Amino acid sequence: MRKARAAVILAGLAVAVAACGNAPTTTTPTESGSASAPAAGAKTLQGVKLEVAAKWTGAEQKNFEQVLKAFTEKTGAEVTYASTGEDTGAYLGPRIQGKNPPDVAILPQPGLVQQYADQSALKPLSDDVIKEIDTNYTPYWKELGSADGKVYGVLIKAAHKSLVWYRGQAYDDAGVQPATTWDELVKNAQTIADSGTAPFSLCAASGWTLTDLFENVYLSTAGAENYDKLSKHEIPWTDPTVTTALQKIQQLVGKKEFLLDGSSGALQTDYPTCVSKVYGNKKAAMVVEGDFVAVEAAQSGAKVGEEAKYFPFPKAGDTAPVVLGGDVAVAMKDSPGAMALLQFLASKEGGEIWAKLPGYLSPNKNVSPDNYPDELTKQLGQTIVSAGDAVRYDMSDLAPSAFGGTDGKGEWKALQDFLRNPSDIKGAQTALEAEAKKAWKK
Amino acid sequence: MTERLDGPQAPSAEIADGPSSGPAETPRTNRRLGPSPAVAIAFLLPAALLLGIWVVYPIVYSIFRSLFDAAGTGFVGLGNYATIFSDSGTLTTIRNNLIWVIVAPIVVTTLGLIFAVLTERIKWATAFKLIVFMPMAVSLMAAGVIFRLVYEQSPDKGLANAVLTTVHDTFSSSQGYPEARPREGDQSPVAAEGGTVVTKQPVQTGQPVLIPIVGVKPNVLPGNAQPAKAPAAAGGLSGTVWFDFTPGGGGKNGQVDASEKGLPGMTVEAVQNGKVAGTATTAEDGSFRFEGLPAGSYVVRLPQSNFQASYGGLSWLGPTLITPAIIGAFVWVWAGFAMVLIAAGLAAIPRDALEAARIDGATEWQVFRKITVPLLSPVLLVVFVTMIINTLKVFDLVFIIAPGSVQPQANVIALEMWRVSFGGGNNQGLGSALSVFLLILVLPFMIMNIRRFRRGDS
Repeated sequence: MRKARAAVILAGLAVAVAACGNAPTTTTPTESGSASAPAAGAKTLQGVKLEVAAKWTGAEQKNFEQVLKAFTEKTGAEVTYASTGEDTGAYLGPRIQGKNPPDVAILPQPGLVQQYADQSALKPLSDDVIKEIDTNYTPYWKELGSADGKVYGVLIKAAHKSLVWYRGQAYDDAGVQPATTWDELVKNAQTIADSGTAPFSLCAASGWTLTDLFENVYLSTAGAENYDKLSKHEIPWTDPTVTTALQKIQQLVGKKEFLLDGSSGALQTDYPTCVSKVYGNKKAAMVVEGDFVAVEAAQSGAKVGEEAKYFPFPKAGDTAPVVLGGDVAVAMKDSPGAMALLQFLASKEGGEIWAKLPGYLSPNKNVSPDNYPDELTKQLGQTIVSAGDAVRYDMSDLAPSAFGGTDGKGEWKALQDFLRNPSDIKGAQTALEAEAKKAWKK
Repeated sequence: MTERLDGPQAPSAEIADGPSSGPAETPRTNRRLGPSPAVAIAFLLPAALLLGIWVVYPIVYSIFRSLFDAAGTGFVGLGNYATIFSDSGTLTTIRNNLIWVIVAPIVVTTLGLIFAVLTERIKWATAFKLIVFMPMAVSLMAAGVIFRLVYEQSPDKGLANAVLTTVHDTFSSSQGYPEARPREGDQSPVAAEGGTVVTKQPVQTGQPVLIPIVGVKPNVLPGNAQPAKAPAAAGGLSGTVWFDFTPGGGGKNGQVDASEKGLPGMTVEAVQNGKVAGTATTAEDGSFRFEGLPAGSYVVRLPQSNFQASYGGLSWLGPTLITPAIIGAFVWVWAGFAMVLIAAGLAAIPRDALEAARIDGATEWQVFRKITVPLLSPVLLVVFVTMIINTLKVFDLVFIIAPGSVQPQANVIALEMWRVSFGGGNNQGLGSALSVFLLILVLPFMIMNIRRFRRGDS
């Protein structure tokens, strides 16, 4: 697994480079805002067929298909969408082996860019696309889509993962206000539990929601430097900083009345079922996940901003954490159609079509936050574009996917086991370290 | 399939041919008996070619690939095989496969036998058989989706728990305030004690007792609950049980605030020296009063029956029950298949043997045990071995029914093979080693089956 390690180091570097280079570049005036490139002429791709594979389902898929429709209207190319399911690697792996990959794939983890680049499964982006990226993105995002000095991917969708969503009515009934510190959050949870509503609806059957929770707590308690080290497995998971973070999480998950249906119920609840338990069935008060909850909340009939509200992830340590996720679009076939689609997705034009739909945040700095359908998303968009040095990319997405991205394995499994038995912090750490060793060794 | 069911002498060999790998068999016999080797080879060639491409080559390549690492460039010898037996996750899959192989074929064959024997006696045999056989027409994928719903935890959604709770509730119905509890901390005058709620200090008669309770779910609060009243000091032992939470916040803990409601229908016990001296039930405003209690000091207790959670059924999809639950789905799918095969064999049993036994005074049970089963044993064995092979390679049911969090506990070899090769790890070396291991496990049963067929042919 030399490759995987290289991927992690590189991705880590990308974060570091971006962190340093972020501030100056945002201020650099890019040659006028002429973002929407003239594209490849009108309807030049008539009759071209393209296949795009991404993991989105449900409402997220529908929204993306609207963007694809706009592309079809513009160029004439026919685009079909294929859902990869939760496990993108498992879907793409056999198709790459079988020499029949989709034209464009949208990878949920930057680590995969390096992995597939090593397998020569990716096509470097054409100069047109790179120009589009230079116009619209800060180097931070460009680096995340690069491997071995070549640009392979364009980050088309960002996700803000440091949020706590709550149901307004539940908070009003309990008479509590959004928390800014961890202790307040725990106190509020107790009050809400006393009022007869379960405070948290966890989506523990989807392991990535647990890693997100851990990352926020860890970034806040251990600081950015340790976060980078742990991301690269330079410090072991048995480190005392991990103990502290798990102790904080224990305060939430260790109490039966804090979790809807207890821990065994939570472990059978996947994302987005947990969201509908808050906003649809109104059984719980809070769900800890990123901005994309908005789509599912709206689906459950709650109005985002009125009934479905959120607050920034509270400070568990010295700083308020900002953890981001994002999806990288890559070309797997070197066709003009694929490049045109990537260029469209990277452009201001494509970004703005998408931005008008709920549940989307653009990392594209030329997509004005005014396009977002509601006030809250506008604020979020603003924080992502102007995010400072403290921002970190989702740790589990930077890890080898055997550790940070596979059902029933690695970090997902270890954290689920921890939720099943929250008193055993030491055992959880040992399990995490053992899994990490396995994933990083090879 | 229906015609075959009707046929009195359904040829069991024909059906049984399906799952066997017969083709390899026939050509060889041909070669021995065939007219000339050239013609034989010409006839053999298409089949041999296809088998070579789709069976022999993949097996050989898998064995070859299993000796290399994830990237396929570094030779690791038997390292991948060592990993299989040293990794705790993989050992769980082997254990699960063992459970599958021991339990599933026996259950399927037994059920098939019972159905087959019973349907011989009933009038609507064909209709019954058709229904039992129907799940075979459903793909395993769809069967998985169906059973994922059947095993859903909430009785509103999951059939299994709906049945369990319905049966349970006919015998004991639950009511009261599940999950309600006293507030934590030193200020609370009451504390939880082994499921009951007791006053921390003994109370004296004539002194009102306050029992604040929190965490009452909105849907269990009765509609007739009235705002609680602070109890006034009076003779005898009296007090109030109420929901100590002001909606919207702001109430004082441990005090009866204006908008706080009483909890009607609570059973309250007065305990003295470990014995229940009196029992009372709260009124609509949560007040209670013990009649005719001698003066003295008591501990006031809310017994556990007040807080009994309604029975929620079993957590089928939890880590302990997941493998039995999936085996249940497997049995649902395959019992019909076993029944059809066994019924066909049953039809072929000479009637005179059965009749002779009955005339000699044998009971039905004796006929079944001493005549039917021995005569059926070849068919039973075919079904049994086919099921063993089927269980060894089970994949889709586990993949679909088990939620992500219990996948490790439900994992089986075939699924693990797919996961390490294509999901996440992308380690096709280890995946190939697992597939070879699976092949070795299946092989003895395949050979057994082939041998049986050969003996049956001659």
